Amino acid sequence: MTKYDVLVIGGGPAGMAAALAAHEKGAKVLLLERDVRLGGILNQCIHAGFGLHYFGEELTGPEYADRFEKKLAKTDVKVILNAMALAVGADGDVTVLSPEEGLVHLKAGAVVLAMGCRERTAGAIALAGTRPAGIYTAGMAQKMCNIEGYLVGRRIVILGSGDIGLIMARRMTLEGAHVERVIELMPYSGGLKRNIVQCLEDFGIPIDYSHTVTRVVGKPRMEGLYYAPVDEHRKPVLSEEKFIPCDCLLLSVGLIPENDILNGSGVEMSRVTSGAEVDENRMTSVPGIFSCGNVLHVHDLVDNVSHEAEIAGAAAASYALKGAPETDGGVFGVNVGKGVRYALPQRVHGGGGNVEIFFRTDNVYKNCKVVAECGGRVLYSKKRMIVAPGEMEKIALDRSALDGDVTVRLEI
Amino acid sequence: MRFLTRKRCVVTKDVIVIGGGIVGCAVLDRLARRAASVCLLESGDDVAVGATRANSGIVHAGYDCEPGTLKARFNVRGNALVWQLADELNVPALKCGSLVAAREGGEEGLAELKRKADLNGVRAEVLSRERALRIEPMLAEGVVAALYAPDAGVISPYQLAIALADRAVLNGAEILTECAVLSLKKEDGVFVVGTAKGEFRAKTVVNCAGAEASAVNAMAGAETYRTEFRKGEYYVLDHTERENVSTVIFPLPTAAGKGILVAPTADGNVIYGPTSTPAEKDDTSVTAEGLEEIRRNVPLTYARPSFGKCIRVYCGVRTVVGHDFIVAPSEKVKGLIITAGICSPGLTSAPAIAEYVEELVLKELPLPLKESYIVRPPVRPRLADLDEEGLNALIAKDARWGKIVCRCEKVTEAEIVAAVRSPLPARTVDAVKRRVRAGMGRCQGGFCSTRVMEIISEELGIPIREIRKGAGHSEIALLAVKEDGYDEV
Repeated sequence: MTKYDVLVIGGGPAGMAAALAAHEKGAKVLLLERDVRLGGILNQCIHAGFGLHYFGEELTGPEYADRFEKKLAKTDVKVILNAMALAVGADGDVTVLSPEEGLVHLKAGAVVLAMGCRERTAGAIALAGTRPAGIYTAGMAQKMCNIEGYLVGRRIVILGSGDIGLIMARRMTLEGAHVERVIELMPYSGGLKRNIVQCLEDFGIPIDYSHTVTRVVGKPRMEGLYYAPVDEHRKPVLSEEKFIPCDCLLLSVGLIPENDILNGSGVEMSRVTSGAEVDENRMTSVPGIFSCGNVLHVHDLVDNVSHEAEIAGAAAASYALKGAPETDGGVFGVNVGKGVRYALPQRVHGGGGNVEIFFRTDNVYKNCKVVAECGGRVLYSKKRMIVAPGEMEKIALDRSALDGDVTVRLEI
Repeated sequence: MRFLTRKRCVVTKDVIVIGGGIVGCAVLDRLARRAASVCLLESGDDVAVGATRANSGIVHAGYDCEPGTLKARFNVRGNALVWQLADELNVPALKCGSLVAAREGGEEGLAELKRKADLNGVRAEVLSRERALRIEPMLAEGVVAALYAPDAGVISPYQLAIALADRAVLNGAEILTECAVLSLKKEDGVFVVGTAKGEFRAKTVVNCAGAEASAVNAMAGAETYRTEFRKGEYYVLDHTERENVSTVIFPLPTAAGKGILVAPTADGNVIYGPTSTPAEKDDTSVTAEGLEEIRRNVPLTYARPSFGKCIRVYCGVRTVVGHDFIVAPSEKVKGLIITAGICSPGLTSAPAIAEYVEELVLKELPLPLKESYIVRPPVRPRLADLDEEGLNALIAKDARWGKIVCRCEKVTEAEIVAAVRSPLPARTVDAVKRRVRAGMGRCQGGFCSTRVMEIISEELGIPIREIRKGAGHSEIALLAVKEDGYDEV
């Protein structure tokens, strides 16, 4: 097989943007996609709302993906479909299986991880009751509906208010199903505010915050479920348990970066994001291995994924062609303080130029202040009307001002 | 077999086995070696869909059965046979040994188990905490001593039953699924079995109906039993937990059973469970109370509970008739051979029960062994077991070996096609899952189910709308997009 400078694992929005950015920097790029087509999860996201930031216009998922595919087609980036990366070794060796090439070990100048994420399941939340036909993740229901052309339920309850669940509430309603309600364990939504408005409120679909599904009934097909409010410890209050007849429960209870192939790679992982720990170039603790998109941390908007992947792709090309960048300004940690669940990148090199720090809060806070500090000095401080875990926050810091670890926190 | 499913007709066999759990499949497999026409009738959509698919998968050594019981006899003999079958049939199994972990004050209990082990002829040894830690470094702090049984281990219970069923079919036996027995009577010395798929006649009937054993007996006018059902709930943990568990860890047994264990599975997961709660016959629902009981008990024997790594919870129901198994010819109805109350250690005992049932059948019908029969069916390779060269050789012949369908369990399209085309074909998504593990991993089929449905549809010519998760009306694609079908809501 030909030698490549940059090997990109995953042909969704992150992988395509990373491959293009690496190509533009002059690298010879190989892009691996495990599915039969490029585009990743965008292919099944046929609703609009993508690209407002990146393209300045509103596109559907397939349209957004198509723009990158068309750009890729004009390059010499080699794309292999149906190719699954099975393992990434400590030396950056990637073991790949595909019908086209068989089982091969590939070595490139740099590797970009862009495998995306998977959904948490009924099993992962140890959902009680029966295990009948009718319980699916929202993403699987979306694939069945938008790609395969079938509906998985007529009367539907959605557990969790992640964005895919909210989108599917609207989608199933438009297709004629009856969405009974959305049930959310937390006192706030895990999704974007705009999705609460456009997918639930506009369709009169109720959402019960601080509630959970206590058990599912029916076998072999789902016949209904019980749900109840939860107390301050998130334990269901069973005396207030209610029954809803329904034939389908869709789960939108969280996304997990799919980093399983990294087990033997030595890449240091974050326990909070379940993705790699990276610097501002999105390089992991293993030099030459980069990570971007939802495999690094779960994003709210694909536009942010594309931007992040471009950083990783360009840096991977530079690493492969010119070696590691000189880092004379030192390396500083990015820590989180009160109200912040995680911040990324976790490491920043000193030097010139701005660096964008992305972070998510651990709750909904109104009229708070976002603060970034370094060695007791305030580098950034700005008031926010509202911050919420469902929306990713972003601040820009001047790298030349850094002389120690940075802490991002909220003043509440 | 095909024409049987299409029209009602009368079929005459030498032996009919009722029930396709582990016992029925093992019995069918033994009888298929004989020059006889044998047939298995199963009410479910596949074999191994009752207690066989939802238990601990433990190959018990046999130290805790009351000496002199059928349980003791079949467990000890069955242990040897299970390891042999796992080898012949290429079923995932692991002889990892077991520990009964005793906390302060439990030493007497261990001595009692050791005494039974000696009487049953089972290898077992009481170990100090220090020695037990060499076998299982993750024993909980309060564990002071343990009984070690090196011949215990784990096996995939449903894969064993399916492999037995497949071998029986290869050797000429027939299996009918979704063929519940509706009536059973004897006319002119011949059993007449009424089912939804027609009438079956045979000189000998073996009742392996598990939870329905007493009901089937009742149809024939044979012995009936007071039957109790106890549910057992479990957590299944991700593969990443496998490295933390070296052996099967039991607490000291109580009257309710062997207690909540921690065990590796033969497929590389870890399970915590089971509970033991009185239940209705078909109640395989998991309860919040049951899960809480497991969370409370696991830390008593095991130092590294990792409930956050849970990928699935499940529940099976034990069928209990008195204190021992019933494996005997009916005293009321000649020619009816009964197996009933096959709870733990039923999985381990099944091959030995089958061996004994075969003896009982031979007393009724002298059936000689066939001149030749298949002992080792063609091995169906698994991606995980192949080396690089072997895999690339397969891909060169069939590119589907290069296409991963189930990314969590690394199952290729070729393996799924083979499962759908196996001697007892996998016709449902869950049947594929039990055979090759597609959908068994951490994403629980979220990514691969649609492709599995397509493969079943393509291979068997079943429309997507009719592809089911498992039994009954468990279709997944309820209606096509834009189809007019919502009025019934």
